[in-house]
Amino acid sequence: MFIRRASDILPSQITPETVYRQRRQILKTLGLSVAGLALSACGAEELPAQPAARPLGKFDTAEAQTSFEQASTYNNYYEFGTDKEDPAKRSKDFKPRPWRVEVSGLAERTGSFDLDEFLDPKKREERIYRMRCVEAWSMVIPWMGVPLADIIQSFKPSSKAKYVTFRTLKDPARMPGQRQPILDWPYTEGLRLDEAMNPLPLLVTGMYGRDLPNANGAPLRLIVPWKYGFKGIKGIVGMRFDERQPSTTWEGLAPDEYGFYANVNPEVDHPRWSQASERRLAAGSSLFNARIPTLPFNGYGEHVAHLYAGMDPKKLY
Amino acid sequence: MAPPAKSRARDWVPWIKLLLWPLLLFNAVRLGIAMYSVQTGSDVNALGADPIAYLTHQTGAWAAYSLGLSLAMTPMRRLTGWPQWIRFRRLFGLFAFFYASLHLATYAALDLGFDLSHLLADIIKRPYITVGFTAWLLLVPLTITSTRGMMRRLGRRWGQLHRLVYLIGVLVVLHYAWLVKADYFWPIVFGVVLAILLAMRWIPQRKRAGRSEHVA
Repeated sequence: MFIRRASDILPSQITPETVYRQRRQILKTLGLSVAGLALSACGAEELPAQPAARPLGKFDTAEAQTSFEQASTYNNYYEFGTDKEDPAKRSKDFKPRPWRVEVSGLAERTGSFDLDEFLDPKKREERIYRMRCVEAWSMVIPWMGVPLADIIQSFKPSSKAKYVTFRTLKDPARMPGQRQPILDWPYTEGLRLDEAMNPLPLLVTGMYGRDLPNANGAPLRLIVPWKYGFKGIKGIVGMRFDERQPSTTWEGLAPDEYGFYANVNPEVDHPRWSQASERRLAAGSSLFNARIPTLPFNGYGEHVAHLYAGMDPKKLY
Repeated sequence: MAPPAKSRARDWVPWIKLLLWPLLLFNAVRLGIAMYSVQTGSDVNALGADPIAYLTHQTGAWAAYSLGLSLAMTPMRRLTGWPQWIRFRRLFGLFAFFYASLHLATYAALDLGFDLSHLLADIIKRPYITVGFTAWLLLVPLTITSTRGMMRRLGRRWGQLHRLVYLIGVLVVLHYAWLVKADYFWPIVFGVVLAILLAMRWIPQRKRAGRSEHVA
């Protein structure tokens, strides 16, 4: 089992948020200068002193990142409305604390836990992952969280447990999107336990070195980078260990379009659109070159492909 | 332009048209300026987080609105009895073709980067794109035959040909509904509006002395 040591100082504390936020500006300024020339000619003194970038971790991508502005104002979170701008606009008054998570099912340690008890914030680490939406757009986001495997282990699932299922808060008073019967609330997502124990999935409480914005699923969400974004359930209030495969929200709505596995797979098109390529929404994407090929397992095949040995790849969507 | 009706005080139609032009062009100009801001980097968020999706949605929506307006002119004439409504119909129809063409161009050129094999595969394999592309294709002959000369030359057949616009309306609603994931609210609104506009063609004509009737 590979578990990265969490250092006491988070990488994002090394890189100040101001620098994070000005990344695009810095890149743009850099772009104006001829490569190799000193920056003095184009006003380097205006730039904040740039600390040494942290070394990339084993699972981090070095690709150009999506801006915080883009990543926090454009996503799907139907609990706050179906437009991609809705989550940011309509979640402003949402209070993500206090927050409790109920752990249930086939495990030794079950019950209701305060978020800080459920996930020790001191153990957070940063991971820069690609995020591929089933709608064929993608982002690159630095998340902060704790590997799901570590958290699962702390609850000691029994040997009978084969799946882990997550549940979003259901509270139409706080989540206006739930006042319409668009999805079968509460949103439910799950993983096979061996998938969940892979070192990649992260239970996330922050991004870009700050607390997770309400729009992105505050205070607790899941990130499974080799699967389509809808597997990354937000606003988690429940985690359950099951013996049988749970029925999950999108699979229940349209099983031929959104499978339980939902592995990013350029070979299997969504019945209504192609999954062979994606629009990368990130710094440096121009209006004319935004589309890039989609990779099997979203490029994480070396870490996860073995989980599906012997399975029909056509079923892995 | 035809001269104003003999005895009427003033023909307002050309003036209203003059006003409609900038209104209908507004979104294309706004999007063009925003594209420039994004490309030059003066405002990278001018088109939102997903610029190509935004351009696609905006041009598609305005194509649908223009088409809806062109389909609303006959019902308006029937409701109000004012025959002049029909003189705005071509303007709206041409703008529908204009925005539909921008919509298709955004998809083909920006989203797919002129990857024609991808475009062709999409047109054949993706029902919502098949339907949308068909709607655009059907708008082409209507646009070509929209001139006064063609109208005269085609005579009765002009009216028959231009009934294609009803089919185009249905295809447009289908195109929209087919790409929605779960929330059908707006496609349903579009569908209901279209159904009302088409149903209103059965409302008996309110006669007004004087003007003769054009093709419906």
